Amino acid sequence: MSVIDVAPRAEARGAPRRPKPGPALQHGKVGFVLAFLAVPVVIYGLFVLSPYVQAIYISLTDWSGLTASQTFVGFDNYVRLFEDDQFWVALKNNVILMLVVPVVTLALGLFFASMINVGRRGKSGIEGVRGSKVYRVVYFFPLVLSMAVIGVLFKYVFAPTEAGGIFNGLLGLVGLDGLTQPWLGDPRFAFWCVVVVMIWAFVGFYVVLFSAAMQSIPKDIYEAALLDGSSRFTTFRHVTLPLVWDTVQVGWVYMAIQAMDGFALVHIMLGISGGPSRAGDVLGVALYRSAFNSYRFGYASAIGVVLLVLTLIISVLFMRAARRERVEL
Amino acid sequence: MTKISSEWSRRNFLRGALATGALVLPGSTVLAGCATSGGGQEQTEGEATDDNPLGVPTDSTLEIYIFNGGFGDAYATDVHQPMFKKKYPNAKIDHNAEVDIAGALQSRFVAGNPPDFVNDSGDGQIPLGQLVSDKQLYDLTDLYDAPSWDDPNVKVRDTLVPGAVESGVFGDAPYVMHMALTVYGLWYNKTLFDEHGWTTPTTWDEMTALCGEIKKAGIAPWTYQGVHARYMNWPLLTMAAKLGGPEVLTAIDNLEPGAWGHEAVKESANALAGLQKSGFILDGTVGMDHIQAQGAWSEGKAAFVPCGSWLESEQADVTPEGFEIAFMPEPLLSQDSAMSAETVRAQAGEPYIVPAQAKNPRGGLEYMRIMLSQEGARGFTEKVSSLTVVKGAADGVELPRGLTSAQQGLQAAGDDVLTWMYPTWYKDMENPGINSHTGELMAGRISVDEWVAGCEAEAKKVREDDSITKYTR
Repeated sequence: MSVIDVAPRAEARGAPRRPKPGPALQHGKVGFVLAFLAVPVVIYGLFVLSPYVQAIYISLTDWSGLTASQTFVGFDNYVRLFEDDQFWVALKNNVILMLVVPVVTLALGLFFASMINVGRRGKSGIEGVRGSKVYRVVYFFPLVLSMAVIGVLFKYVFAPTEAGGIFNGLLGLVGLDGLTQPWLGDPRFAFWCVVVVMIWAFVGFYVVLFSAAMQSIPKDIYEAALLDGSSRFTTFRHVTLPLVWDTVQVGWVYMAIQAMDGFALVHIMLGISGGPSRAGDVLGVALYRSAFNSYRFGYASAIGVVLLVLTLIISVLFMRAARRERVEL
Repeated sequence: MTKISSEWSRRNFLRGALATGALVLPGSTVLAGCATSGGGQEQTEGEATDDNPLGVPTDSTLEIYIFNGGFGDAYATDVHQPMFKKKYPNAKIDHNAEVDIAGALQSRFVAGNPPDFVNDSGDGQIPLGQLVSDKQLYDLTDLYDAPSWDDPNVKVRDTLVPGAVESGVFGDAPYVMHMALTVYGLWYNKTLFDEHGWTTPTTWDEMTALCGEIKKAGIAPWTYQGVHARYMNWPLLTMAAKLGGPEVLTAIDNLEPGAWGHEAVKESANALAGLQKSGFILDGTVGMDHIQAQGAWSEGKAAFVPCGSWLESEQADVTPEGFEIAFMPEPLLSQDSAMSAETVRAQAGEPYIVPAQAKNPRGGLEYMRIMLSQEGARGFTEKVSSLTVVKGAADGVELPRGLTSAQQGLQAAGDDVLTWMYPTWYKDMENPGINSHTGELMAGRISVDEWVAGCEAEAKKVREDDSITKYTR
């Protein structure tokens, strides 16, 4: 027997008894449940849990990544990590990414989404600004590009004038020659260029996400707000935002975790050392460098474990911070 | 339990899940073994005879990995492998061209079943020092002591230029065979110099005077590889050694305290940092990478660029008509120098290794002996336009213009050839370590003294780290 019989449940509710189910049924049931659960659990254990366990173990060894054996060194790697100035530089940058990128991205995402969906007070009530259909598509463009392509693209955008830098060229066109810089060669700007590119790359996704949420808000609520003479900002603050808050919350956590990474952009735009003065380093690049440049897999795993702990803490904190009464429609 | 009732509920479900988890967890410790443990394989060896001095098993397979980068892999498939097959007709060659060596082979080193011969090069290079200290490399002493391919009375080591064997020595034995000979120096466009009547400077005073003239002509005198500022270490250390003698470099390689603070090093650093202060460096260089900076140089925006002799082929696609690439040694900082003005840095590069756990290491050694034969080396030069460590192998080969110029520079230097080892021994110390300090210095963000302090700190970091195997020369 391989299908679940509803009998037990009925029996429990005190329905008329049927013949007692035999061991065969029980066996079939266990088999059925196991068939559905065991395989995913084993796969999950094999490919998700076991690498974590292995990484934690490796972080306690001096494994170079090239040998079949390794020595257990206890917490040496962690001690070394906390004494490494470059680790703190990377951590500081990760914190900046985590705070600045989500805030700016979500704010821009909300702004653009509300403009596209409920930004105009037209003849037929609340609607998107003119050309919103075009914007909706345009904002999505960065999402079709892979991070690697975006990184290489912006490396040329921010290149020095002499190497054909597009951004410097634009500054020159509008007469701001004085502001041109070798952007990626200056420790004051290099990391912020990455921040800007990251926001540019992510904002489109949140425009789409928030647009979807806003479209599900009934138009009559807006009409009511309009009749009550509420301003655009008040409408946004008291109608739109509360009604998409759930989505913002999801985006918030997702964004914070994404921003913890930053590996691809920093690696491509600033290089494996973390850019000029090594000031643009992030933990992901530090991890990669330790593993694949220095072949200190033990040390790299320690960075990975720290990154894991941080990500977990951040997710919990952000979820707490974003918790708010849900508005039922 | 004879029946399933409604008790088959969440509790039981969780219990079951836990039980499954309990099954997985012990499994995962077994798996934890998987990532970090390996077996090993049996090695075969043939009988050594006069005709087969290295004892190559004549009917085994030889598994080869060639880095498929700037040199491609045609030199292996068209030159060396046919030579091997001709000598050992019953042996098989398993040829692999690979772009990412570490990606392809790291796990095989761990598992103990690496191939027999590896061209460990490129972005995915597995650091040689690390491989040596992990005892993953086969000792090449037998190769260098074996009779050479062309003349049984001459050992392989005696057919090579001075420094070639040493460049692969880690501790007490050679573990790496370097094939290509790279000449380092300054590169310029001879056509442009002839047009303006500029002559190459031999002293730093002449250099700064010429830089002034070049600047007046509307061209930036210098550029360098920007964020990869370690390219500037090359003229910096070469000029320092010319001034203070090669001991300056030995001290640096041996991580002696104060080695970077040597007067000659400081003077050299000061001279190069002065280029920035005098406005002799192409604007924006600091923000470029090597492609952008060398591209600007090829376009004629800058006159000099420091590089190795691969520059010509690297720039081949972007070099305009009439650009005659030429080489010059770094100028002397003072008339009162320890070494001649013709002194150049020549470094044996492009590493080839035989893994210690290879199945057929003797075949790997023999393959190296073939590469280091006159025919093998000449074929290499013809295929990849690079000089080799084999004496006289490039004689009579028609070389591209820039390489000819570099070869002439090397010949003019005679015995005054120098190089340094710390970037090979301690990869991290050079990059990101010294690279970032030199970047700061060249950008004018730190003083020479701060640069010295920074470099000393990098050396100290390596010196005091017990987990790093140290080498001396």
